Amino acid sequence: MAVCIGVIAKENYPLYIRCAPNVENEVNFHFTVHTSLDVIEEKVASLGKSTSISTTDLREFYLGQLYPSEDYRIYGYVTNTKVKFVIVVEAANTQLRDNEVRSMFRRLHNAYTDVICNPFHVPGDKIKSKSFDSVASSMIVPERKKENPLVI
Amino acid sequence: MQEDATNVLFELLHDELISYVYSNDIDMKSKQISILESHGFRIGQSLAEQLTKDSSRFKDELEIMKFVCRDFWSAMYQKQVDNLRTNHQGVYVLQDNCFKLLKRISSGKQYLEFAPRFLAIPCGFVRGALANLGINSIVTAEVISMPAVKFQIMIQRV
Repeated sequence: MAVCIGVIAKENYPLYIRCAPNVENEVNFHFTVHTSLDVIEEKVASLGKSTSISTTDLREFYLGQLYPSEDYRIYGYVTNTKVKFVIVVEAANTQLRDNEVRSMFRRLHNAYTDVICNPFHVPGDKIKSKSFDSVASSMIVPERKKENPLVI
Repeated sequence: MQEDATNVLFELLHDELISYVYSNDIDMKSKQISILESHGFRIGQSLAEQLTKDSSRFKDELEIMKFVCRDFWSAMYQKQVDNLRTNHQGVYVLQDNCFKLLKRISSGKQYLEFAPRFLAIPCGFVRGALANLGINSIVTAEVISMPAVKFQIMIQRV
């Protein structure tokens, strides 16, 4: 499960970012989510060209793993309305399957649609919905404490 | 049958919204159309989000237009647009020969002067949906003889 979930508007400003409650440096996650936007943009642009590698799911919202870093894996998802979802998973969490990530995005997308269809929500505002919050927090697990790598 | 009931409710609500905006004579004259249009815009935005949830990614502008003509129109009016034309320079014309919200009002030129108020919200729907899908546009409607309507969409490129 995720340690950080981000929702980015089509104009590339954050609508919602939530991290696991025990992370030490939350700003780092904000940074990770924002740097992933470049990769997302690149991927979406390459999807537009039909001549690129002929994978079957060129037209899917789910972009797969964006890039690996030492401690985390970052997954991306872009809707037709160009809203981006980013999920950060700990690299140590190896039992998480691609399909599970996909269904997490799916649930987030559904929850996001409900937020947009709420007449009290102003489109473009930060997401303050409690129901969205509870969906997102159900996917977040606390970060594992890093073990001291020097212990043998 | 339940489907039919919701459609009737939508029509009633739509008509009631119009008569409410027009009955309220406190300093709203000349703004009524834009009030209705902005309501439509907000609804169109939500609908675009909702209806594109399960479709695949749109490749280009024309695909978005096809989405509006097919899926969007069937969701709102239980039929598809009858004709879509474009000059390939950012102008699209959507023709509906039997527009649902005018069908019950008249067939012909009777009450033609009231047509604009019944088309403000639908114009907003289209503009809102397109805006959420990343296309800024101006949408106008033209009625020569009810219940046929031509919606003209002019894409605003920056």
